[in-house]
Amino acid sequence: MTAQVRIVPDRLQTGFARFLRSWEALLIVVLVLIFLANSFASPYFLNVWNLSDATFNFTEKAMIAFAMAMLIIAGEIDLSVASIIALASTAMGIAMSAGFGTPVLVGVGLTVGLLCGAVNGFLVAGLKLPSIVVTIGTMSLFRGVSYIILGDEAFTGYPESFAFFGQGYVWWVVSFELVLFALLAVAFWALQHRSTFGRAVYAIGNNPTAALFSGIRVDRVRFILFLLTGLTSGIAAVCLTSRLGSTRPSIAAGMELEVVTMVVLGGVNILGGSGSIPGVVLAAFIMGMVTFGFGLLNVPGIVMSIFLGFLLIGVIAVPKLLRRK
Amino acid sequence: MQPVLSLRGISKSFPGVKALQNVQLDLYPGQVTALVGENGAGKSTIVKVLTGIYQPDGGSIAVDGAVTSFASPDAAAKAGVTAIHQETVLFDEMTVAENIWLGHAPRGRFGLIDLAAQRAGAERLLSSIGARLDPDLKLKELGIASKHLVAIARALSIEARVVIMDEPTAALSHKEIHELYELVDTLKAQGKAILFISHKFDEIFRIADRYTVFRDGQFVGEGVMADVTESQLVQMMVGRAVDQIFPTRAHNIGAEVLKVAGYAHPTEFEDIGFTLHRGEILGFYGLVGAGRSEVMQALFGITKPSKGACRIDGKIAVLRSTHDAIEAGIVYVPEDRGKQGAVKGLPIYQNVTLPSLGRTSRAGFLKMADEFALTRSYTRRLDLRAASLDQDVGLLSGGNQQKVVIAKWLATKPRVVILDEPTKGIDIGSKAAVHEFMAELAAEGLAVIMVSSEIPEVLGMSDRVIIMREGRIVREVAGDQMTPEALVRAAAGIEEAA
Repeated sequence: MTAQVRIVPDRLQTGFARFLRSWEALLIVVLVLIFLANSFASPYFLNVWNLSDATFNFTEKAMIAFAMAMLIIAGEIDLSVASIIALASTAMGIAMSAGFGTPVLVGVGLTVGLLCGAVNGFLVAGLKLPSIVVTIGTMSLFRGVSYIILGDEAFTGYPESFAFFGQGYVWWVVSFELVLFALLAVAFWALQHRSTFGRAVYAIGNNPTAALFSGIRVDRVRFILFLLTGLTSGIAAVCLTSRLGSTRPSIAAGMELEVVTMVVLGGVNILGGSGSIPGVVLAAFIMGMVTFGFGLLNVPGIVMSIFLGFLLIGVIAVPKLLRRK
Repeated sequence: MQPVLSLRGISKSFPGVKALQNVQLDLYPGQVTALVGENGAGKSTIVKVLTGIYQPDGGSIAVDGAVTSFASPDAAAKAGVTAIHQETVLFDEMTVAENIWLGHAPRGRFGLIDLAAQRAGAERLLSSIGARLDPDLKLKELGIASKHLVAIARALSIEARVVIMDEPTAALSHKEIHELYELVDTLKAQGKAILFISHKFDEIFRIADRYTVFRDGQFVGEGVMADVTESQLVQMMVGRAVDQIFPTRAHNIGAEVLKVAGYAHPTEFEDIGFTLHRGEILGFYGLVGAGRSEVMQALFGITKPSKGACRIDGKIAVLRSTHDAIEAGIVYVPEDRGKQGAVKGLPIYQNVTLPSLGRTSRAGFLKMADEFALTRSYTRRLDLRAASLDQDVGLLSGGNQQKVVIAKWLATKPRVVILDEPTKGIDIGSKAAVHEFMAELAAEGLAVIMVSSEIPEVLGMSDRVIIMREGRIVREVAGDQMTPEALVRAAAGIEEAA
């Protein structure tokens, strides 16, 4: 309408200026502070083997947290992940009792995870039920099946080669779980931030109707997201079962809330629409370092959970309060 | 006369946008002040300042001459300012009486809500504005016009002195609009100061006493309606003379692209059949609820027709999802821009490329440079006004959001473009741009369907017009038969005097 052509620039801020104001930058500061506090508080903290051990505090949870982050960005949630671990672990126990070897056990764990994810995905995307209700339901259901099968019993006696997933080291202090965590972090980063699928996830989380009106196959994306949380829960089940060397029906009890905490601490909006995988990676390290540091100081577990609660609320509240001035 | 509410020097900025710069506004008791301006002029922002949702960066607000501030929506309500929004914010699952009294219900014993007093109060307020509504009905059982009445009753319940009406007639029928006018007269008689925001000039001249004009976030002028003409107001709004003539078009109508036959839906429409050609603009006229949007959404794969077939270039097209429709070359610019069109929260370029991600990616991975290139080419053509292409679409004005939605569809290289009320609620300048653009699309050989309830627009833009009533096509007119009378009669079901 005006005579001259208006040039609208692609971006106003450079990548670095954007980063400085980001949630991830804040998390890095928090992580450094916790790291410093820990190294002053205990002489045993700065020991590579101790630090390597500490990563087991978060690697399994974080594997699920990556998929959970995408699901929450899309405006859904999966509270059944810890129960999927219980069911997958139980299935692996049955397979082990039947005499199957390590490759089959891993296959069973991952398949059960995927199937549980497919059940959730069908109920949410196919039948259009709210995910919070569906997964509270399957949370009881999946673990309930485990309890029926196992009762007070436990599966023990997993083969020696199976121990590698939860106890093995790839190189020096670098455990298999840590490598898997890093690989999954990169894979999920690429999926969320560099793929068309990730873009669809953001669009659905911000406005599912407009996403549908833009030709996004909303229900298919939702279904795949539930498959992903199921699959990563299956992977976590393999690692955790291997690390513990046994399966009880109470395995991973309450882990779903720790996973959600990790995701929210990582800067993912619990209402959907925004968040990043690097944020979740940082949150995983923060939670792991806090747990480890308190462990070295012999702080009881309940105090740790109180501190994590404060940390979660604090990290979310402080920027809001500062902005309000 | 002293104004009830007086704003001076109000400024408000957002990242990259100066939404308001040093504006002023006065509202007088018993008078209707029309606030006019193009989209992006700052009308919505000033409403949010008045209702305490936004805090201005500078300037003063005075109530009865005493300077104050609206630190929260509650503070604004206490000062007697209340707004009836474009999309009225009420609670569907609550009753009429509960909606009216929510937050300040009369209390009885133990601090519990006094239901009898609440009901009686609701009846009294509703009858004071001449509304006959059962206070016990749930809100979801009411139409939009009735919801407006509830919102106004609610405004009166907090003893509002200033009532802001933000495009209150946008979704109302002819009859309902007249009832609203009467209501405004009632409120005036009660001494309320009314701020009336509308794009429709006939409305403004019918009910406003005074006017205030904003342009690009700045105050341009104010005065008494009696002293101003329509063209003077337009001049002030756009800062230049706008010719309101529709673009002249070369009517080069080509081969048939789309043929719909026997489309039906259990509840929404029946026996819909029509054809559409290259280079053609086909208008769909009818009253609100005639089923026009529903037919278009069936073509776009959202609602599923129970019967009928759709052919594109003679081949049957199966449209089971929006994805299928886009693949087939049919795109739809929805009426509800905020909910169905733009993905607010995502940047402009991500909105534009959303249906075209297949072309801006390789093996499922995004190529951002391609995304920006695609976005640039279409937003430039549409003269998009934004701070940058990675700005959140939600921060743009309505007209610019519409441009993003149109750019998004053009980037898919469609064959059939369906526009549903494309100029509803957008300003005159943007309107002319959209019209020109539609003409361009048709000239390039696209087939265009325009659903519109504005008769001048339908007649000015279309080659042919299909008129729908109660889910059926009742008439098709072209050439000399395209008269306002023909459209109105067919839409209302008045028999043709043969």
